[in-house]
Amino acid sequence: MPDLLIELFSEEIPARMQSRAAADLKKLVTDGLVEAGLTYASAAAFATPRRLTLTVEGMLAQSPTTREERKGPKADAPDKAIEGFLRGAGVTRDQLEQRETPKGPVLFATIERPGRPAPDIVAEVLEQAIRGFPWPKAMRWGAGSLRWVRPLHSILCIMVGDDGAEVVPLEVDGIASGDTTRGHRFLSPDAFSVTGFDDYCARLKRAHVVLDPAERAQGIWHDATNLAFAGGLEVVEDAGLLAEVAGLVEWPVVLMGQIDDAFLGLPPEVLQTSMKEHQKFFSVRAAKTGRIERFITVANRTTADQGATILAGNQRVLSARLADAKFFWENDLRTIKAVGLEGMAAPLAEVTFHNKLGSQADRVARIAALAREIAVPVGAKPDLATEAARIAKADLASEMVYEFPELQGTMGKYYAEAAGHDDGVPQACAEHYSPLGPSDAVPTAPISVAVALADKIDTLTGFWAIDEKPTGSKDPFALRRAALGVIRLVLENDLKFEMNHFLKKSLLSAEIQRLVIHRKKEIEEAPNALLKMGTTDETLIMEVREAVEDTKIGIDQSDLLSFLHDRLKVYLREQGIRHDIIDACIAMEGSDDLSLLVKRARALDAVLRTDDGENLIQGFKRANNILSQAEAADGVEYSFGGDIKFCEAEEERALFAALDAAEARIGPAMAQQDFATAMSAMAALRGPIDAFFEAVQVNSDNGTVRRNRLNLLSSIRKICLTVADLSRIDG
Amino acid sequence: MSDVSTTPRSFQEIILRLQAYWAQKGCAILQPYDMEVGAGTFHPATTLRSLGTQPWAAAYVQPSRRPTDGRYGENPNRLQHYYQYQVLIKPSPPDLQALYLGSLEAIGVDMDLHDIRFVEDDWESPTLGAWGLGWEVWCDGMEVSQFTYFQQVGGYDCHPVSGELTYGLERLAMYILGVDHVMDMPFNDPGASIPLSYGDVFRQTEEEYARWNFDVANTEVLLRHFVEAEQECKSILGQAHDDPKTGKRIVMAHPAYDQCIKASHIFNLLDARGVISVTERQAYIGRVRTLAKMCADAFVQTRAGGWVPDAADEKATA
Repeated sequence: MPDLLIELFSEEIPARMQSRAAADLKKLVTDGLVEAGLTYASAAAFATPRRLTLTVEGMLAQSPTTREERKGPKADAPDKAIEGFLRGAGVTRDQLEQRETPKGPVLFATIERPGRPAPDIVAEVLEQAIRGFPWPKAMRWGAGSLRWVRPLHSILCIMVGDDGAEVVPLEVDGIASGDTTRGHRFLSPDAFSVTGFDDYCARLKRAHVVLDPAERAQGIWHDATNLAFAGGLEVVEDAGLLAEVAGLVEWPVVLMGQIDDAFLGLPPEVLQTSMKEHQKFFSVRAAKTGRIERFITVANRTTADQGATILAGNQRVLSARLADAKFFWENDLRTIKAVGLEGMAAPLAEVTFHNKLGSQADRVARIAALAREIAVPVGAKPDLATEAARIAKADLASEMVYEFPELQGTMGKYYAEAAGHDDGVPQACAEHYSPLGPSDAVPTAPISVAVALADKIDTLTGFWAIDEKPTGSKDPFALRRAALGVIRLVLENDLKFEMNHFLKKSLLSAEIQRLVIHRKKEIEEAPNALLKMGTTDETLIMEVREAVEDTKIGIDQSDLLSFLHDRLKVYLREQGIRHDIIDACIAMEGSDDLSLLVKRARALDAVLRTDDGENLIQGFKRANNILSQAEAADGVEYSFGGDIKFCEAEEERALFAALDAAEARIGPAMAQQDFATAMSAMAALRGPIDAFFEAVQVNSDNGTVRRNRLNLLSSIRKICLTVADLSRIDG
Repeated sequence: MSDVSTTPRSFQEIILRLQAYWAQKGCAILQPYDMEVGAGTFHPATTLRSLGTQPWAAAYVQPSRRPTDGRYGENPNRLQHYYQYQVLIKPSPPDLQALYLGSLEAIGVDMDLHDIRFVEDDWESPTLGAWGLGWEVWCDGMEVSQFTYFQQVGGYDCHPVSGELTYGLERLAMYILGVDHVMDMPFNDPGASIPLSYGDVFRQTEEEYARWNFDVANTEVLLRHFVEAEQECKSILGQAHDDPKTGKRIVMAHPAYDQCIKASHIFNLLDARGVISVTERQAYIGRVRTLAKMCADAFVQTRAGGWVPDAADEKATA
């Protein structure tokens, strides 16, 4: 069984694209091979900055011969139909076989596809993979038309069998395949040929290339932690940075450098951000104090001076960067000392948040008002929540955040402390943007929660008010993310939070904001419009006023609540709760209380996973269907509940008793919001309901008995519907 | 010519070595464009010549102006007027990376001691309607050049693709010469009878332009000039391709493009004066882009831009 080795050698591939590209190469090629009948034992793909490599082991040397039988037209079909069939099947008339079938004699073709040698298939599959490669961004170069992430220089493609390696011949846009590659750009630039995957790896290593990105990352981390440890220090972990750096080098050499004392007073986040974002350095901190004191950089080569020149250069670049950061930090502190945080935030009045939603300062005022309201249910002091909301975005006007936008919030905390705030206010400044993503931590401190909720609800209602809702894949204002943030803040803090109440409050203020701006414009323009028309006509003035009034668009919060519910469904589906279960709970009263809604959904989910629960749904649906049909036919509503004295069968009486017992348990449980008890009481009805349908014909000839039974079904429906809207459950 | 194996001694020596290197590699060494531009890319030798099918290879220094970056000559590496070195080769040769690395060696970067990296950086110029893929080149963690394969210019797909190299000369030279403040960098040879620093040459102008850019430039006049440049550009391009006087086909892409450059620079000045709001910004950029696209449309109608008369036209003119 031969092995296959492929290497696509190019100019530097962006680090962030490498691992995905290796996986794509593996999938495209192996899928293509399998589809053509070439199965294999194992495959693995690797990436370095300059190459994508795929090794496939234990592949068939040729694809198996296949036979397909195809049924054609009847033997007496018109010639045209038979000719069409022949064309489609690729056979001649004399190759057809006539067989008797129940419908008479029918023509059959047997299509035989002979196996093909693996190299032919590999060449085809690889060319297709290269031409159709799903790079996030691809380009052309020179005079060619091939698209690759950066210019592609060579294709290594060999099949290795018992009698050695052979090049699989192919050519893509003038690049012919071969068995050679190159080593490290500077340390071993010469070309060399290889005879198999092991040989390839060994030769690459001799040529200063570590093929496997995981090995590079491990090596970097190992050397970095050792270097730091020797100095009594530790490296700040950063998996993303490690992966990126491993994608920037073929021959990693770890170097540790000094941070000038002048910069050690900067907040650690500033040092870390500046070093990471600009220089791709790891931060190294003192194990005891946690203070960041050094940096680790990863060079792509060894040098005769053990990296001294490289390190000196990196240190100089870092000093220039940090000098900038220090300048911003000191300027910001000076500003706060002179005019306070509110003074620093003053320019936000000039910064447009959205032209229909006013300035950042307008937004801050709305959030502060809303945070005061929200403070109560989340257990924060209203004054502190308001105070935090007022200054939470002041850092947007700082020089530091202008330079490092990713430090928004973090700088807010430092500046709030510098301005003398405490009691959880600085923390709220840092945390009020959270959670940003599905895996980001959710704040738990009450003031942080209040401001974080107010921030997101204002975003949602604001954009709702100006009709900038997300559509399809377009969500330019990240409203889905904001909605998920609201959901997680409420659920993970187990808040009793009447969403409708706050959506309404907020909508109102956003709406007013919109109207103020819109009206101001209208009113400013109105006199001009009137003058242009050369009139001071009373009716005209009235009309203009009405036009201004008409701009008020009616919006209600229910639309926004269903958007939140939709996001909640996505969130819960990821936790394994079906959308119909959530629908059944959303239909119930009080579903704007998301914590309650989720408790109900979880209880319903649990009960539906039991045998009783699953069957109860069937019973419920059956009862509901019979009842609905009867009600429609009779034009009445059977809602009185049955009377036990009209019961004929034992099962009927048993159901009666069971319903009474269930009702007695469900009522109090629901009042306590003890959904689990209520649900299990409901599930206990399964036996009696099943037995009832087994033994009894609802549509009895006796009118009284029939009515009574319908009323009994109505009780089933009524009792079940107090727990959840089971009619929305699938199945 | 100085020996390339030694470290250069001055700013100008680095420029001269780059000129010699790229001349030796077959580029036409052009002179700076005689108009104010924000970057070397605006030189018609790059913008317009990257369009069409004609092969091209040019290198030049381009003084560049970024009014908002002025710091009165006080900041160690921010200037409102600085130099870029620009190389454009079409089609991009397969060994462009090696050629580029050779140029670093030529200006005294010892490849055995430094760590050179190609780090992803895609380039986009909203004002030129242009984008490309490439890298910023790092030397020991410092960005020393931009390396771009042009994909689109003026809204046109580049075919063939040009390879563009841009060196920020001051920053690169400061690194090579080991200088921390740009104004301290030797401009000519420190051993010359009259040694001049970068500050001797430019401190005065940095101060003067910073004041003018930020506080004095007459915004009404600038706004008017912007509109006039825009109008003139459109009016030039609105002329018939056939010149009534000479009877020749003369598409005036370059004079029109001059007006586009002018509008772009005036926009930068207005921006420095702080009279352009965030929303207006987009609108202004869009207006310049429209001009750039019209100029690109015109250039591909010229012979230099690859236009060839079809047989019918030839007959008619014959």
